[in-house]
Amino acid sequence: MKPVDFRTTAIGRTLLPNVWDVVALLLVIGAMVLIVYGGEQTTAPLSELERTPVSLNPANLPLYALRTVLRMLLAIVCSTIFTFIYAAIAAKSRRAEMVMIPVLDILQSVPILGFLTFTVVFFMNLFPSQVLGAELASVFAIFTSQAWNMTFSMYQSMRNVPKDLEEAAQSFHLSGWQRFWRLDVPFAMPGLIWNAMMSMSGGWFFVVASEAITVGNTTVTLPGIGSYVALGIQQRDLPAIFYAILTMLFVIIAYDQLLFRPIVAWADKFRFEQTASGEAPASWVLDLFRRTRALRALTLPFSAFNRVISNLRIPLPRLQPPTKAKSRPSRLLDGTWIAFILAGTAYAAWMTYRYLSASLGLPDVVLVIRDGLITLLRVVILISLATLIWVPVGVWIGLRPKLAERVQPLAQFLAAFPANLAFPVFVVAIVSFRLNPDVWLSPLMILGTQWYILFNVIAGASAFPTDLREAASSLHLGGWRWWFKAIIPGVFPYYITGAITASGGSWNASIVAEVASWGDTHLKASGLGAYIASATEAGDFPRVVLGIAAMCILVTLFNRLVWRPLYAFGERRLRLG
Amino acid sequence: MLDKVSALIDIRNVCRSFPKGSGEELLVLENVDLTIRSGEIVGLLGRSGSGKSTLLRIIAGLVKPSSGQASCRGQTIVVPPNGVAMVFQSFALFPWLTVLQNVELGLEALGIDAAERRKRALSAIDLIGLDGFESAYPKELSGGMRQRVGFARALVVHPDLLLMDEPFSALDVLTAETLRTDLIDLWIEGRLPIKSVLMVTHNIEEAVLMCDRILVFSSNPGRVAAEIKVEMTHPRNRLDPHFRQLVDSIYARMTQRAEPKAPSTEGIPGSGIGLALHHVSSNVLSGLIETLAGAPYHGHADLPVIASQLQLEADDILHLGESLQLLRFAHLSEGDLMLTDAGKRFANLETDSRKRLFAEHLVAFVPVMGLIRRVLDERPSHTAPAARFRNELEDYMSEEYADETLKTVVSWGRYAELFAYDEQSETFSLENPGESA
Repeated sequence: MKPVDFRTTAIGRTLLPNVWDVVALLLVIGAMVLIVYGGEQTTAPLSELERTPVSLNPANLPLYALRTVLRMLLAIVCSTIFTFIYAAIAAKSRRAEMVMIPVLDILQSVPILGFLTFTVVFFMNLFPSQVLGAELASVFAIFTSQAWNMTFSMYQSMRNVPKDLEEAAQSFHLSGWQRFWRLDVPFAMPGLIWNAMMSMSGGWFFVVASEAITVGNTTVTLPGIGSYVALGIQQRDLPAIFYAILTMLFVIIAYDQLLFRPIVAWADKFRFEQTASGEAPASWVLDLFRRTRALRALTLPFSAFNRVISNLRIPLPRLQPPTKAKSRPSRLLDGTWIAFILAGTAYAAWMTYRYLSASLGLPDVVLVIRDGLITLLRVVILISLATLIWVPVGVWIGLRPKLAERVQPLAQFLAAFPANLAFPVFVVAIVSFRLNPDVWLSPLMILGTQWYILFNVIAGASAFPTDLREAASSLHLGGWRWWFKAIIPGVFPYYITGAITASGGSWNASIVAEVASWGDTHLKASGLGAYIASATEAGDFPRVVLGIAAMCILVTLFNRLVWRPLYAFGERRLRLG
Repeated sequence: MLDKVSALIDIRNVCRSFPKGSGEELLVLENVDLTIRSGEIVGLLGRSGSGKSTLLRIIAGLVKPSSGQASCRGQTIVVPPNGVAMVFQSFALFPWLTVLQNVELGLEALGIDAAERRKRALSAIDLIGLDGFESAYPKELSGGMRQRVGFARALVVHPDLLLMDEPFSALDVLTAETLRTDLIDLWIEGRLPIKSVLMVTHNIEEAVLMCDRILVFSSNPGRVAAEIKVEMTHPRNRLDPHFRQLVDSIYARMTQRAEPKAPSTEGIPGSGIGLALHHVSSNVLSGLIETLAGAPYHGHADLPVIASQLQLEADDILHLGESLQLLRFAHLSEGDLMLTDAGKRFANLETDSRKRLFAEHLVAFVPVMGLIRRVLDERPSHTAPAARFRNELEDYMSEEYADETLKTVVSWGRYAELFAYDEQSETFSLENPGESA
């Protein structure tokens, strides 16, 4: 066991700064200046955007990148706040839970880029003639790509708080508010951070897609990497696309190193285990902050503030322990509540029907179903192809620890990288070789999401127990038998996790992948994604609603009928240890 | 009858039931009376499922009684009462808080200011022997050290009554003994900031070692079967003949037959199909039969003796003994375990013959086994879903017991080769394993 270093927490430490203080201080001040500068830009009037349009000068890229990063940051903060409130209500109130959790489940499968159509109009009307409206629409799009899985994770953690800790909190008289900050939040932390990281990595795709958006007659181009690329496409400027890709590389690495690594390393203490195991994650930034005397002193007010907040005596309704006698829920209230929900649902269904039937008929529905099935076929074929390629590769890498150590961050990075930045490169090739867009646009859907399969399989193969490998070789398992009896069952649960993410991401990506352009050349594959994209561009709201609803239903059905049973099978039968 | 002022805790006619799978209520505590006065250590001793932990949680204000009166210093217990602190079997430490922060937690909840909090926490840490570990996280500590944090956290609020829920049962023998003696030493020196202790245990020796008064619980439903005063002075010596005698007599009391009519099911709740089985591996059963048959027991063993030889707690050895008794391989009475003729025969058989004998006894003496075998024989497909039997079991017992019973049925039935069971589809069948695949 590592000896505990008491000096770091000794009370009478000196306040003299050391070298690390200077480095860390510069980092902090730099970050603050950047945030203030970026923030000033967003309150400018909308006409400002037209006077200083996005330019392809690479010198502007750092500032564009900053705007993009700030949008991401704002979205993740909103997602976290939303998560705390939504998950807490759903976990503590049985009646709210009945509605909130299924809603969350559906929201998870709504194509985010479809959302954008409505939110842009909504936020632009909310802040007419200000950049803020368009900014908020963009932030909201990222938010919708991040919030749901974080909320799910938090909700599940809150429902699974160990009973003994719950009893300890109760018997030591912690108030509901104290309990939330002292027990629920810390317990949920590891899952929440992991999901936030996954959300972030998905979010880059949407921040890029939401910066240059056309809805009917409204075209908004927010300064950022996404709009820079959009302009590059318009002007057929391949070098500009490469500059943008390079900048994005840098931004994602910086985000990972400066934000997530430190958070993961710090949050290691929240992992719920009673014995220390494995290697603790490390972060040079966190080490820097822990080594600096003055900076640590700077964080003291924050922890004091945190203490005060969590000790505030705010009366919150307590979660009723299930063992309490005579607290049977009232049937009458339940009945009323369910009737109320049903009435609301019926009203919503009727409204939707009326709205859609005013301008759409049966042929539209048939068309949407046909397009939906085409896109479904694409997703199935692409996931199968990616599986055939990346499972063997992932296993091969994962069984070589040295190699896996190097490849794993790369695969995670590729999963985070917004693939839509790289689309133009492929489109140029399709255009110049005159390839069939119905076939060759399809791979774009999985360009960014296939990496989820790779890195999950690598993780699975790395975790494959050595004794099982040794047993397999001592039994002379070889060839197909080794694959199907040993390693594939071993990595299966990991593979499924990756494939679910990849498949969900591909559906979303179809909206930007099934239509592409390079300058004046427009390519279009038939499919549900293209249907939604065209309807969005035309500002045809009924068709957008219909397309989104169809995609929502398809994704939900696909998840329920294929992925969930597979996932359950993997968890039940093939989870090692 | 005592006046209410000197009684710290007063429990009158308390019953508690939990809903069963069938929707009916399962009674776990029946008409329990208990008074705790200042200056005593009281032990609740009983088998698992005797409701002693439920009683502790009623006093802690974590569970409400279904009927009866529970009061703390004359006040009815509704929420966790002030002046009562609890130590948990699983320690229940917050893994993200350091030792010091864990200890301070209870004080923070009381709204005590920071300086006072720190002072009291440090003195509790000092008292319980955790000096130097203030900034360590629980996962860096050994089990014994972790439970010391649990004690410090409870003591720091200066409770009148310290509740302990099997506080030593998650620790290894040596660590548990050190912690027990440390605690008793502090208690007799009067250095603990508490007035009384109520501890739950299923370890008979532990109860005799620590308590001034022991309440022995009988199971199903939990009732106070006996109250035993321990008059020996602290520190007590386990080898003292007086001590041994007391332990023996408690063992005897716990294996005493309440009703001579139904000898086979004593200690096992329910009867007929509703017999709740406790999961014991068939390997352990045959091992115990062999040990009993061999020297020095030759078919007759004193429970405390064989328990200490096999390093089993009272609860475990009693479960084993009862399972053997149910199968008519052994006979349990007055703290002794005796092999029957069938048991002696079993010890001398080869594997296959053992399985046949085991199967015969299962079908004859475990009603649910006979039922499953009958259903499988009668059905043309020779298969039956587990749900069919689970539903029937849940008419008699809680879901938890039904699960455990079914698990036992599957493992014993597999050993005896009475039937096959497919975990995936949850079906019983008569097929030999492998034929279906």
